Amino acid sequence: MVQRLRVRYAKRGRLRFTSHRDISRAIERAVRRAGIPVGFSAGFSPHPKISYAGAAPTGVASEAEYLEIGVVSACEPDRLRADLDSSLPPGLDVIDVVEARTGSLADRLECSVWEVRLPGAEPDEAKKAVEIFLAAERVDVERLTKKGLRRFDSREAVITLTADEGTASLEPSQPCAILRMVVRHVTPAVRPDDVLTGLRLVADFAPPSPPAVTRLAQGPLDARTGGTADPLDLDRDIRGGEPGPAVQHVGDHK
Amino acid sequence: MSVESLFPRLEPLLPKVQKPIQYVGGELNSTVKDWDDASVHWALMYPDAYEVGLPNQGVAILYEILNELPGTLAERTYAVWPDLEALMREHGVPQFTVDAHRPVRAFDVLGVSFSTELGYTNLLTALDLAGIPFTAADRGEDDPIVLAGGHAAFNPEPVAEFLDAAVLGDGEQIAIAISEVIREWKGEGSPGGRDELLMRLASTGGVYVPKFYDVEYHPDGRIKRVAPNRSGVPWRVQKHTVMDLDEWPYPKKPLVPLAETVHERFSVEIFRGCTRGCRFCQAGMITRPVRERSITTIGDMVEAGVKESGFNEVGLLSLSSADHSEIAAVAKGLADRYEGTNTSLSLPSTRVDAFNIDLANEFSRNGRRSGLTFAPEGGSERMRKVINKMVTEEDLIRTVTTAYGQGWRQVKLYFMCGLPTEMDEDVLGIADLAKKVIKAGREITGSRDIRCTVSIGGFVPKPHTPFQWAAQCDHETVDRRLRQLRDSLRTDKQYGKSIGFRYHDGQPSIVEGLLSRGDRRVGAVIRAVWEDGGRFDGWSEHFSYKRWMDCAERALAGEPVDVDWYTTREREEVEVLPWDHLDAGLDREWLWQDWQDATTETEVEDCRWTPCYDCGVCPTMGTEIQIGPTGRKLLPLTIV
Repeated sequence: MVQRLRVRYAKRGRLRFTSHRDISRAIERAVRRAGIPVGFSAGFSPHPKISYAGAAPTGVASEAEYLEIGVVSACEPDRLRADLDSSLPPGLDVIDVVEARTGSLADRLECSVWEVRLPGAEPDEAKKAVEIFLAAERVDVERLTKKGLRRFDSREAVITLTADEGTASLEPSQPCAILRMVVRHVTPAVRPDDVLTGLRLVADFAPPSPPAVTRLAQGPLDARTGGTADPLDLDRDIRGGEPGPAVQHVGDHK
Repeated sequence: MSVESLFPRLEPLLPKVQKPIQYVGGELNSTVKDWDDASVHWALMYPDAYEVGLPNQGVAILYEILNELPGTLAERTYAVWPDLEALMREHGVPQFTVDAHRPVRAFDVLGVSFSTELGYTNLLTALDLAGIPFTAADRGEDDPIVLAGGHAAFNPEPVAEFLDAAVLGDGEQIAIAISEVIREWKGEGSPGGRDELLMRLASTGGVYVPKFYDVEYHPDGRIKRVAPNRSGVPWRVQKHTVMDLDEWPYPKKPLVPLAETVHERFSVEIFRGCTRGCRFCQAGMITRPVRERSITTIGDMVEAGVKESGFNEVGLLSLSSADHSEIAAVAKGLADRYEGTNTSLSLPSTRVDAFNIDLANEFSRNGRRSGLTFAPEGGSERMRKVINKMVTEEDLIRTVTTAYGQGWRQVKLYFMCGLPTEMDEDVLGIADLAKKVIKAGREITGSRDIRCTVSIGGFVPKPHTPFQWAAQCDHETVDRRLRQLRDSLRTDKQYGKSIGFRYHDGQPSIVEGLLSRGDRRVGAVIRAVWEDGGRFDGWSEHFSYKRWMDCAERALAGEPVDVDWYTTREREEVEVLPWDHLDAGLDREWLWQDWQDATTETEVEDCRWTPCYDCGVCPTMGTEIQIGPTGRKLLPLTIV
């Protein structure tokens, strides 16, 4: 392996229904189509050297997913970004690529910024529920995981949580609440739907239709802003290059 | 009239279902055309789950060919799982295509590919969700023509009442021809309505319109005759045969799904047809003659397909791929081309006698060395003569020993249970064979680290085969023989631990038998099963034998026939079979003679390498055997 490249990509629109396994197959095929000189593991069934960090759940869109590719001949990051992006289906979009120059990327993904759109939910009710949730010491919720039903606290991992008024994309006349939250990555993972479960438990807040969840960012906790910093900046800083694009655009790219 | 996308109504349901990505579409190389720019609209359905249906070659080929036609649009639809079906009913969302999420009822044709009869109930679900009446006679001008194809369409009688039309054989040319007939008819302002369109299709001689034929029965339940009920339709409907596979190099742009499917690879058919003459094999009988795709076309298709798809496995498909006249050159050429790229080649299964180790080595050169699979089908020498699977025990042991000697650790052996004339000892012979395989393998490798898996399928007599007259073995007997075989393998202290055993119980085969050799009266059974909740009958977790038997008893109560009559009853030579008016080209007398030869354990050679055995296909259909060798070679690809 002569080089490792760190890739930030988005999962948008309909493609949010892909599972983590679907995405890894799509990426492997796109890498082959794009002719990227990916390395392979040794052994009877060689696997491409692509590792994924903290994938968003099936059904959740994301502007900030990360993976790392090991290549056997050096690649120019911008060229790889363009090649990989054009080989992926629209909706899986490559946003940023840097050469890895520092330690583990996964360790740097400490928390996520989530946006949860709740079409049909009254913003004022959402605000009240958020207040009650934030005032609680702990909010135990249950979720069915692969290991069975698990019970855990959904409160402590939530660093910030706010509710605002938005516009429902399908029916602009109906009310729409938007939650925005910064949640620390813990085990078991606290996901936005766990926070919604928590809101229902403490404040009887139950949105009438399925939530549309998007991960806006993930990275190290920025103590100053209470948000996240770009996890790829450290690789860029060592290289001494330009800071990465501040992508905050959320769209329903179909 | 434009057609709205149903996606905005479907989307809110998707977070509530399993594997929602299968309903989203947007696969690489999928096509969405403008509705209004096309005058003929096809919805192509594979009546099983997306994960099974997407890799289907038949649908993929027709999808591409039809979309290449100007003025024709084709989209795909699959069976939705019961979780989404319930939500669609609750929210009034009709059956949709995955390409542009258009309602299936808006299309001109709903083309359904039946690889197996177990998809029949899923067709009914799709019709019901689409809002299309079940019975063809009840459909109006706004309903699509429901058109069946695929191997099961060689006896569409059990679903005849649900179909407007069926086509037999290769679909490429007939799909284009049908599209053209519809385009003309619509262009003229749809004169005479639905019936005239069906009449125009039927009069070509290559499209079967069930309602233009009447079936009369004897009092004892046997068919008296099947005859056209109007002039201008042929007495017998012929199958279609594409004669030059190099002129039809599809799929060119393979669909690459986001969802996981049962075959994650780029598949190329290297030839169609098979004349090995295995008597149980419907595919071999109805796809004659053998037509090879040339080595250079195969090479071009693989090159383009791998580049377009990014798949890391290439499947070389056919009914017996090692029989291609240039398979060695194909394998070596492709392995050379893809050296060092982790692109593996695979053959679906290999005949014991056509296998050679050089070939196997080429196939595993650039990828994983997975298990080898052989299909001796019959456990005893006698049984293999009955089914005309001309493989001796020596062949098998020698081949498998070589494979173990060359480093393969795992060999899979396929057999059938319930074959005509089968006795208990024929099935127990499978255990002896497996033990001999392990014994020989241990001797050559000097190791106990080798395995063999015995996999058993239940035999179902199929239309257009020499066994179409045979009595199907009852499921109690099949289950008893399989238990004996399992005990014989498990109790063996010396070899038992090295032999895996996979089998299914015999009940589903009886239902498959009912649907395979059924006639129009079986349609009532299918409808009753569907109404009782029958779905996804090819999936053991959904299949209910009891439901089928209960429904059959009710639906056939007024008839002189029952499930046994359709399945475990042997037919006489003169009996009119439900599919006799459908012509696969096979001479009925030849089939009967082959059935007699089976009972006397007389083997028949392959007409590719010996004189013609007069099965009748080539003269009836105006076709001929097309095989190499061409002597051409695959050149290395230029590396960019």
